[in-house]
Amino acid sequence: MNAMKNSLKRLFVYPSAVMGIVVALTLVVVAVYAMVTIPYDEAIRLWRGGEEVWYQNPKFAPPAWINLFTSKKYSESFSVRTTDGSILKEVTPGEEGTSTMSASYTFDFFYDVYPQEMILYFTAKFSEKQPFISMEWLTPDGRKIRIANLAIAPKQTYRLSQDEKLKTRLKSEDVIPALFSDPETGELLKGQYQLLITGAMFEPGSDIDVEFVFHGQVYGIAGTDQSRRDLIVPLLWGAPVALAFGLIASLGTSVLTMVIAAVGTWYGGWVDELIQRITEVNLVLPFLSILIMIGTFFSRSIWVILGATILLSIFTGSIKAYRAVFMQVKESMYIEAARAYGASSNRIVFVYLIPRMIPLLIPGLVSAVPTFVFLEASLAVLGLGDPVLPTWGKIIEDANSNGALYRGYYYWILEPAVLLMITGLGFAMLGFALDRIFNPKLRDA
Amino acid sequence: MITETREAFMDQVKVNEPEALLTIQGLHVWYELRRFGFGHAGYVKAVDGVSFELAEGETVAVVGESGCGKSSLMKTILGLNIPTSGDVLFDGDSLSGLKGDGLRNYRFKIGYVQQDPYGALPPFMTVQKILEEPLIISGVKDKEQRMARIHKVMGEVKMHPAEDFLPKFPHMLSGGQQQRVVIARAMLREPKLIVADEPVSMLDASVRVEILKLMRALQEAHGLSVIYITHDLSTVKYFSRRIFVMYAGTLIEKAETRRVLENPLHPYTTALLAATSDPDARNADTFKEVPPGEPPSLVNPPKGCRFHPRCAKAIAGLCDEKEPVEFEPESDHFVACWLYRS
Repeated sequence: MNAMKNSLKRLFVYPSAVMGIVVALTLVVVAVYAMVTIPYDEAIRLWRGGEEVWYQNPKFAPPAWINLFTSKKYSESFSVRTTDGSILKEVTPGEEGTSTMSASYTFDFFYDVYPQEMILYFTAKFSEKQPFISMEWLTPDGRKIRIANLAIAPKQTYRLSQDEKLKTRLKSEDVIPALFSDPETGELLKGQYQLLITGAMFEPGSDIDVEFVFHGQVYGIAGTDQSRRDLIVPLLWGAPVALAFGLIASLGTSVLTMVIAAVGTWYGGWVDELIQRITEVNLVLPFLSILIMIGTFFSRSIWVILGATILLSIFTGSIKAYRAVFMQVKESMYIEAARAYGASSNRIVFVYLIPRMIPLLIPGLVSAVPTFVFLEASLAVLGLGDPVLPTWGKIIEDANSNGALYRGYYYWILEPAVLLMITGLGFAMLGFALDRIFNPKLRDA
Repeated sequence: MITETREAFMDQVKVNEPEALLTIQGLHVWYELRRFGFGHAGYVKAVDGVSFELAEGETVAVVGESGCGKSSLMKTILGLNIPTSGDVLFDGDSLSGLKGDGLRNYRFKIGYVQQDPYGALPPFMTVQKILEEPLIISGVKDKEQRMARIHKVMGEVKMHPAEDFLPKFPHMLSGGQQQRVVIARAMLREPKLIVADEPVSMLDASVRVEILKLMRALQEAHGLSVIYITHDLSTVKYFSRRIFVMYAGTLIEKAETRRVLENPLHPYTTALLAATSDPDARNADTFKEVPPGEPPSLVNPPKGCRFHPRCAKAIAGLCDEKEPVEFEPESDHFVACWLYRS
């Protein structure tokens, strides 16, 4: 126990180890944060959700913070609605049960790039007579543009860019740029815009609510993908998945490899022969291909893949490396002494052989974590990721299949890739430092 | 008829003699050599026909050069090797019939002091853990009982206060202290027999005598039987009442220490004694007589007497033909050499 404490103390001498610990701890904090703020079911619902969950977000939007680095500022997205008071709605009763509703939303637009789209979602309450809506657009230079007049259904979606009448009226194929431009110069107009909505209701008890969704060019901290999903969800949830996969696979593989190597070496004979032959066969089997086969024909569940990974990684070169060291330890005097005072074979394996190897195990275990994190990501990129879980690899897969790099959506690839690299680097640095401390051959004292 | 009466007579003799603690009867320990991992390719005859008896409280030294089979003999006595033929009887147990737990229980009763104290102590355990292990294994479940025993033994090997040493790792101790821990471990379960395999050969000259004196004191205090295995005749006189000289898997001379040292009978013993280093200024320029040649192969030992190719007094036609039997030229001084045929 004391030795452990001393080793940890020595760990802080190495800056790389400190950085590695910081990275690992940060990942743990992120993982816990992700699991607390977005519970598993919610994460799955969001990740699997389509247009009905994510209609408020633009497609392919880089994160909002890229505006800090670009000379052209991209418009940010927002959505406002009457139900929560972010659009103020006034209803004035009229004669014979009729009433009028008026709502307006004013916002500043000081960006250099036109937004993607503006959409209005109406919900109307009525029994027979449809309410009637008219919308107007006020520009910073004082023009007032009539957008549309329409009778609305209980649920009505109105996309400004799709309105053919509006296109004719604006004499432009692209409605959105036309709404944000000076009609004479065709240049973008910065300033305060206002959307005015007035509704006429012809029944008592009739009501209209409206939601105004503004799809800018950038969104949130992480941006969005092809199905408008906020990438922060898979980025956050990728951390616990990657950590769990990496740590379980690494721990399982290292510990099982060592125990099997120790048992084989100690008992010798056919046990050892069997383990060695299995290892030799397994060494020539293509690891990734087998995983791809399992993923294609059997199951893509992360637990199945994890189990297969551990099983296939036990009987590898490291079993031979451990065996070589155990052979040496097996002949050592203290093992002979232990036999002489009557220690059973099991006790010798678990109390005398394996503890001797723990200094070798710990650095190897930590250094192996990135391998398995990358493996999980690689499988996801190959389309064999868990179909349910949001992971970093899945983001890269989506980005890849949507041609992110050709279309310039670098954020989409870089965000998960950077996280993967930081994770790998963190564990690798920690592993190297642990190796220096625990491996007597590298000890600089 | 005659044989029967003789056996009956022998039985009577045995009853009258003090009970032997350890009896070794025609012990053979052969290791099979394999070709390509299977096919048989002969045996290494590490121990080839050894018999002796050891009384309770008796000390004996087994002397011989490296590779003569001392270690195999020792490991067989400890129950680590299985005899190929012959038997080891210790304190009522016969080794040849033991397996599994029986074998482990047999091992509980013999203490083992090894050559290299640092190698003999697991480097990842503290002294306390090292000393607790044998007690845990032999079923002492109560921690306080274990600690009491450990403190007692630590006192006996003159490592006090024990608290200073118990939390230490072996590498924090000096060579002499390490060997004391090894001796303490051997003493923990109050064995009747201690097997010491060159217990001082790895130690500094200054510590050697101390350790030998300690072992001597323990032997006397507890009436232990000790088998002391060494290639160094100069340390033998501190310790053992009898000396067994071993050569190529057999005991060639058995006698009291003083007799062997003063009057060696076997030519090999003579040579071995002559080769013993003696720090004397007069010896600086003289060369010691060393038996020519090398120790024989244990796979194919020479025909007849195993020492004859190196022996200056070998009798042609006898020593290279017939294996010598044991003669007793003086009382209680046995030697396997044709020179003493009567």
